[in-house]
Amino acid sequence: MNSAFVAQYAGQVGTLTLEHLWLTGAALLFATAIAVPCGIGLTRFPRWARPVIAVANVLQTIPSLAMFGFLLPVPWLGERAARIAIVALTAYALLPILRNTYAGIRAIDPTLVEVAQALGLTDAQRLFKVELPLAASFIFAGLRTATVTCIGIATIAAAVGAGGLGELIFRGVASVDNRLVLAGAIPAALLALAADAALGLLERVFKVPDAKAYGA
Amino acid sequence: MKAAVEFRNLCFAAPQGRLLLQDISLALEEGSTTAILGRSGSGKSTLLRTVNGMVKPASGAVLLHGKSIDGADLVTLRRSIGYVVQETGLFPHFTVERNVGLVLEAMRQPRAERIHRSHALLSDVGLDPAGFAQRFPHQLSGGQRQRVGVARALAADPRILLMDEPFGALDPLTRAEMQDMLRNLLRSMKKTVILVTHDLDEALYLADRIALLEEGKLIAVLTPKQFLTSRQPEIEAYVRAFHRGGREEDSQATSAGGMQEMSR
Repeated sequence: MNSAFVAQYAGQVGTLTLEHLWLTGAALLFATAIAVPCGIGLTRFPRWARPVIAVANVLQTIPSLAMFGFLLPVPWLGERAARIAIVALTAYALLPILRNTYAGIRAIDPTLVEVAQALGLTDAQRLFKVELPLAASFIFAGLRTATVTCIGIATIAAAVGAGGLGELIFRGVASVDNRLVLAGAIPAALLALAADAALGLLERVFKVPDAKAYGA
Repeated sequence: MKAAVEFRNLCFAAPQGRLLLQDISLALEEGSTTAILGRSGSGKSTLLRTVNGMVKPASGAVLLHGKSIDGADLVTLRRSIGYVVQETGLFPHFTVERNVGLVLEAMRQPRAERIHRSHALLSDVGLDPAGFAQRFPHQLSGGQRQRVGVARALAADPRILLMDEPFGALDPLTRAEMQDMLRNLLRSMKKTVILVTHDLDEALYLADRIALLEEGKLIAVLTPKQFLTSRQPEIEAYVRAFHRGGREEDSQATSAGGMQEMSR
């Protein structure tokens, strides 16, 4: 890649990176807002866990290009490509967050949950003081998987005109210019790696030492 | 005088239909320590858990200071009852200080008061607050964790203290230390204590009365002295099992020790 190329596309890469971040960030925000409460709800009604997680699983298996295509004719959504992209990415991010929230809370030592009740914590106190902090590391792990997946899939959103780094990749493919493909792919990969590292750090920070491992 | 805790014709059935508690009636005096003794699966923990509403009886009633707990607000009820379990149930993400003060935190007491109270309680159970308040449960030994568990149960100054095999997981030496600590503590505080245990020695050492449960039925309620001399077959079997093997001499000495304590 020569310097003229870099000079020509640097600004565009910057703008598209921001666009990419906005698409994935918004989708992750929506997905977290839906999946964490749902995951908590499922721990209260475990009978629903299998069917609900199955639906999220099915969403995950829809090929991304097809998903963007399906959403195109939907009224309101279809008017703006970014809307389609955010809805589709949200759907992909749901499963890992939902599954990890549910599994994280279910994995808490039942003695601790029982003690929280027996000490007279209200349901909300039990959730916010005991269950969520103890499941936090799991939930961040889910968020991490969802983030990396979304950053990757967001490149395909360019196919419906939603922008993001995929735009350079698609343009590069169309014009058989590998430099353009790389100008989109490398920043996307770096974004994914950075998000992975940052969320991995959060996951470790919230990891709770296990008292039982040290012997009673 | 009203009993601090009274079980009235209490019955409880497991979901599979097996009766875990059968028509239990028992009244516990204010300030007394009652050991509920029995083998695993005899229903002793279930009986204990009816007191703080963790288990809802199928029929019969639990009365605390003369009032039935049926229909009472469970959160308020539980905050007024101390609870200690075998694995301590300390929250691994909280410091010792916060674990002890958690009930007060739930009751929205000011932070300074909570800290003051938890430090005082840590001293009471033999842990120096300066060295222990900021530690996490995984940085404590089993005995120290259990001390924190006891301190936490006492945080809201409850009149009733429920202990479910509190020292069951500890080695014999640590267990003996804990029993001494608890005994001294209970002497200085007037609490009504229900102690679930399968350890006759512990029951003899700590309790004013021993209630023997077998297959969900209350077999007898006796003082430790009466328990050791009873001719009732179930009790004799229990005492015999306790005295068995090479421990015979030791156990007799312990039992005699227990009897001496009683006659004091």
